[in-house]
Amino acid sequence: MANTALKAREKLPKSLTGIQGLDEITEGGLPKGRPTLVCGSAGCGKTLLAMEFLVRGATQFNEPGVFMAFEETAKDLTQNVASLGFDLDALVADKKIVLDFVYIERSEIEETGEYDLEGLFIRLGQSIDSIGAKRVVLDTIESLFAGLPNPLILRAELRRLFRWLKEKGVTAIITGERGEETLTRQGLEEYISDCVIVLDHRVKDQTSSRRLRVVKYRGSTHGTNEYPFLIDEDGISIVPVTSLGLGHNASMDRIPSGISRLDTMMGGKGFFRGSTVLISGTAGTGKSSICAHFVDAACRRGERALYFSFEESPSQIIRNMRSVGIDLEQWVKKGLLYFQATRPAFAGLEMQLTMMHKATIKFDPQVVIVDPLNGFITGDNIIDVKSMLLRLADFLKTKQISSMFTQLMSSNVAHGTSEIAISSMIDTWLVMHDIEISGERNRCLYITKSRGMAHSNQVRECLITDHGVELCEVYVGAGGVLTGSARIAQEAQELALTLTRKQEVERRQIEIESRRKALEAKVAALRAEFGVQEAELMKIITQEQAQASQLLTGRLEMGLSRSAD
Amino acid sequence: METKLTEPKEVYVLRLYVAGQTPKCMMAFVNLKKICEEHLAGKYQIEVIDLLENPMLASGDRILAIPTLVRKLPEPVRKIIGDLSNTERVLIGLDLKRIK
Repeated sequence: MANTALKAREKLPKSLTGIQGLDEITEGGLPKGRPTLVCGSAGCGKTLLAMEFLVRGATQFNEPGVFMAFEETAKDLTQNVASLGFDLDALVADKKIVLDFVYIERSEIEETGEYDLEGLFIRLGQSIDSIGAKRVVLDTIESLFAGLPNPLILRAELRRLFRWLKEKGVTAIITGERGEETLTRQGLEEYISDCVIVLDHRVKDQTSSRRLRVVKYRGSTHGTNEYPFLIDEDGISIVPVTSLGLGHNASMDRIPSGISRLDTMMGGKGFFRGSTVLISGTAGTGKSSICAHFVDAACRRGERALYFSFEESPSQIIRNMRSVGIDLEQWVKKGLLYFQATRPAFAGLEMQLTMMHKATIKFDPQVVIVDPLNGFITGDNIIDVKSMLLRLADFLKTKQISSMFTQLMSSNVAHGTSEIAISSMIDTWLVMHDIEISGERNRCLYITKSRGMAHSNQVRECLITDHGVELCEVYVGAGGVLTGSARIAQEAQELALTLTRKQEVERRQIEIESRRKALEAKVAALRAEFGVQEAELMKIITQEQAQASQLLTGRLEMGLSRSAD
Repeated sequence: METKLTEPKEVYVLRLYVAGQTPKCMMAFVNLKKICEEHLAGKYQIEVIDLLENPMLASGDRILAIPTLVRKLPEPVRKIIGDLSNTERVLIGLDLKRIK
């Protein structure tokens, strides 16, 4: 996105600063060959920004630079920026950077008539030519007004100086102290009008935040918002998060949640890669445990997970998760899991966002956990929190990072609302709440929404066992939804009933069998009786037949004996 | 108008920084010469340094403004900027005269 913007605006040549985020806001850096005014109140990071511009120029873009300091000596400067990892001594020795401290002591100087600043020009010109500098920093040139008399001459000379810098073709940063009503105390913005950047350091609700704003940039479009920035061991980093659009690609890739039953509820495949998952629930419903499962599953796949904890320390999380059978320590040791634990009150919202942004870029994870979101809400800043989370979610989506946020709800709130109204930016929303019935509290989980996939509408009971979170079906019956021991009692009752029925069936089957046996016995007896009778009858028949034939034979014999004719 | 504050045998080592022969620089040199002749006759040295020829010398005396007159001796070092047209102020700058 930033690249296309760069290509579209090649009309005005720009010089990349190399400062994280600034090049995106300015769409390619500061105006090349022109002076830029950086102003702000004391301690807002002007000198640092200017110095980083020079150092990055010298080390990354092969553009040597001259730093002309009016307030700090070269030694002080070198020491101050050493904490940011800049080795000025080495750069000076390599002829990449020239440090020139201009010392003005008002009491030593007497003005006796017309003068000009040719000496300054010569010195600067000499320094620029000695290393072929492309970048120049004048920090803080307004000190001249305190050191030299006759502001009228100074103004004319400064005007000439800026013109001269332009002729020299060097990209310059001129720093200025913030004035009462003007951007700078001496109104330098009148002379340097190509690009003006204002830095600000403010404290709100006892947390300080630094912000940067590009007030004007002649001949170029630029991000106009106030962007928070951080100064840490890597120098300055600015997060232009609000400039992100809705241009992210939607992945079809699915990643398991680490709880197989939960995956089953989402069509058996789990979340979409790069989606935003919100788990909201009342205290102690197992939100963090679900996060731990998700992290564990990601690390098992060899992916990297970044865990932002705002309530517990890393070791506490590891200990707690071990009690439910999830060993997160192994992933920390393998470098796949990184915990960043801070109190939300440690810094302002913008700073928290900046830090999360920075940590994400640095660790390059596939999975990010934010646990929990609630700590950010202090008083009436809900709108700010929402906007911050929206930007965070957008950023993670553009990076195709799957994220899981947890949110504590103070009570079982009505469906469709949440304490921080962020449901619109959430892709998959799991709600966990507890049901208190017959003297015990049980956890329930359901999917309120899950964009782009078929998902179960069933409430599941969530059991936290010593081998992780398990989901099981709740008892839904005439008596309502039952969970926990009520569910177990109901199930036992049902089991008993089933058993009784089964026994009854068995009893009847036995009866049938015995009846059948009785019948068969009777049939056998009858058959036996019939067999006896049959045998007897057959015997009689045979005898009868024998007698009849004997009678005939006897009659014939008798006839023969009578000699009948 | 010789002041009693300065030791009579003190030598004034003066260095005038200029950048080319601009009217301001020429004027400064002329004015300086005149003031020295009037107030420090016989006990001064003037060295004129043209920064256009020797730009490296600018940082030594931390020169910003041109023309600048540096009183190297007697110590402490004093700097006087401008074309030295205001004689009163030059004398104050050189410690030849107290502010009345």
